[in-house]
Amino acid sequence: MDLGPFLFLATLEGLVSAAVLALTAVGLGLVFGVMRVVNVAHGEFFMLGAVVAWAVTNLMPGAPALGFVAALALSPLAAALVAIAADRAILRRLDYAPEAVIVATIGLGYILQQGALSLYGPEARAVAAPFSFRIQFPWFGYSGYKLAVIVFAALVLTGVWALLTRTKIGLVMRATQWDRETATAFGIDTDRVYALVFGLGAGLAATAAVLVAPISQAHYLMGGDPLLLSFAVVIIGGLGSLRGTVIAALLIGLTDGIVGVFFAPTLGKILATLLVALVLVFRPQGLFGRKTA
Amino acid sequence: MTKERDSALPRRTVLKGLGAGSALALAGGMPRYVQAQTSEPIRLGFQLHRTGIGAVYGRWYQRTTEAALKVLNEAGGINGRPVEIIFEDDGTDPKRGSEVFEKLAVQRKCDLVFGALFSHVVVGTAPRAAELRVPYLVCSEGHHVAAGLNRWTLQPGITDVRSQVISMAPWVSSNLGKKVTMIYPDYAFGFDHRDFFQEAMKAQGGEVIELIPVPPTETSFTRYLPRIPSETEVLYHVMVGPAVLTFVKELGEFYGTGAHPEIFGFIDSLEGISTESPGLEFLEGSHFWEGMPRYRQPDSTEFDAFYRKAVGVDDSGAAVGDPKDVSTYAHMFSCWETLFVIKKAMEAASYKGPDDRQAIVEAMEAMTTFADSREHPQGDKVFNGRTHQVFGHQFISKVVGGKLEVVQRTAIEDGFYPDAVDYTTMPF
Repeated sequence: MDLGPFLFLATLEGLVSAAVLALTAVGLGLVFGVMRVVNVAHGEFFMLGAVVAWAVTNLMPGAPALGFVAALALSPLAAALVAIAADRAILRRLDYAPEAVIVATIGLGYILQQGALSLYGPEARAVAAPFSFRIQFPWFGYSGYKLAVIVFAALVLTGVWALLTRTKIGLVMRATQWDRETATAFGIDTDRVYALVFGLGAGLAATAAVLVAPISQAHYLMGGDPLLLSFAVVIIGGLGSLRGTVIAALLIGLTDGIVGVFFAPTLGKILATLLVALVLVFRPQGLFGRKTA
Repeated sequence: MTKERDSALPRRTVLKGLGAGSALALAGGMPRYVQAQTSEPIRLGFQLHRTGIGAVYGRWYQRTTEAALKVLNEAGGINGRPVEIIFEDDGTDPKRGSEVFEKLAVQRKCDLVFGALFSHVVVGTAPRAAELRVPYLVCSEGHHVAAGLNRWTLQPGITDVRSQVISMAPWVSSNLGKKVTMIYPDYAFGFDHRDFFQEAMKAQGGEVIELIPVPPTETSFTRYLPRIPSETEVLYHVMVGPAVLTFVKELGEFYGTGAHPEIFGFIDSLEGISTESPGLEFLEGSHFWEGMPRYRQPDSTEFDAFYRKAVGVDDSGAAVGDPKDVSTYAHMFSCWETLFVIKKAMEAASYKGPDDRQAIVEAMEAMTTFADSREHPQGDKVFNGRTHQVFGHQFISKVVGGKLEVVQRTAIEDGFYPDAVDYTTMPF
């Protein structure tokens, strides 16, 4: 294949992974930004989203598109409810102490993963795409669904941005992020804000997973890579910065896509991790993060 | 302090209890031990890929083995003794694999262990088998057994990759094309394909023009596909892991309605998945290697029919009553056949107990042929005791109307190659 089409395909692939990664990482970043919680179980919420999507599309009669739309609504909701329950039952009781929370979410991740293994099984299962439209370029064909993923992820991200900056809930979240004690003094129920944010973070990961499930199937071990890459994105972008997260996701997604196509996919991951190391050494607050005292 | 003393068990009581307990255990154990040589069940361990990247195989390997066990026990077991099989999940992981082997052999006191498929698990486990001096019968296809692992490891149920590819290369080069691009899993099993198919094509005057290794845990494949050179005449693919369906679908998306090379795949890329799945229409007219034909063929034997029925597989290779639950038909016969080879070997060795483990290996090494039969429903085979490897017929099938139709059945001799080892001269 010539260099032009080759690069074009690589960019498309990179954009798809960037879109999915941005959604997942924004969820992780939000939870850390507002709650200061390092959620190691984030990848498992992602997996949960895909597994629930499989269940919903399979139980839903009628056209695959209908089942998929239902999954897109129900799956993030289910993940959010599990997350809220986990927040109430575990994280709040630990008073969000950083070390305890890391250990607790590691455990939570195992519970979710093994729960999926017990109830859903060890096989990878295909989730039907809502449509099977294919675009035929002169050099290669490309899945229309993958392009739709990019558009949909962009819409959801815009929604999250609007939620954070244009609504009262967003204001309350930002206030809690800024200073929890003062927010409490102003009558904000920060416990509820925390539960909401944790649910929202899980919901975003689940949304990303529903989008990715028709491309790469649902599998109980699928949470590992998204977790790792999300951490990379959040660290590079700057903790708590939505804009930074999106830009870092694009950076890593495209690097991964293009390097993966031209050289080897493992090299893409190596470069992403190297970037994390460099950012941590030279700009610990991330590219767009604010310096904390 | 007082509280602690109250709740603590007096040492004397504990010691007494322990003593009584072990006396009971010993007393209870004695008669069973005496009886063991006559009617105590023979206990076989099965290293099962129930979870991890081999899970789809694991599910069917267990079903096939349980079906074979039922047939075996109904016909009187081994040497008149009933047979038990203990399945233990290895997570398709080499490290866990050797732990599972040890658990089965030492803790569960299995007479031997069989069943592993994925070659990295086999390579990781085999040294432990030799250390523990317990026969390890693999159902793996890897060329490692015949290339030289150890005397305790044998592969009597399925032909190895080297033999499979050299028996098919002549057909590929004369019917599909000479310039081949290979896509294969980037680990031991894939390397067998890479090395021996290249060699075999060269012998046929063909050439492998590009090698594209893919990690078996990969979930997205489109990025690998632009590396297929446009002058490729035959695209050779073999893929394993949970994402095989994604791989084949993305291959279809990539070529779309445009021109594409001839496609020759190992059915591994679609084991457990229906060839009639949506998105796979582009496979129409392409070819697959099959170890045993998934769809029942007009000339299929009565043994195939018997085996299908016993395992619970319908004429299109799916579970009876659940067309979505497609079997790993091209591979799973190896468990069935291995179990009956075990029976034959144990009976030939007049197996009594773990002290005779070495005799099982020697009995197998003395075997030469297996006849087409209920015990060997895939077909007749030749066993090479020197290399511990069995050789059988291979099938090339074409996708016609979404179904697999056999177009070529190779002769056993087509897959012969010079021995690389002679285990019979090695010490145990």
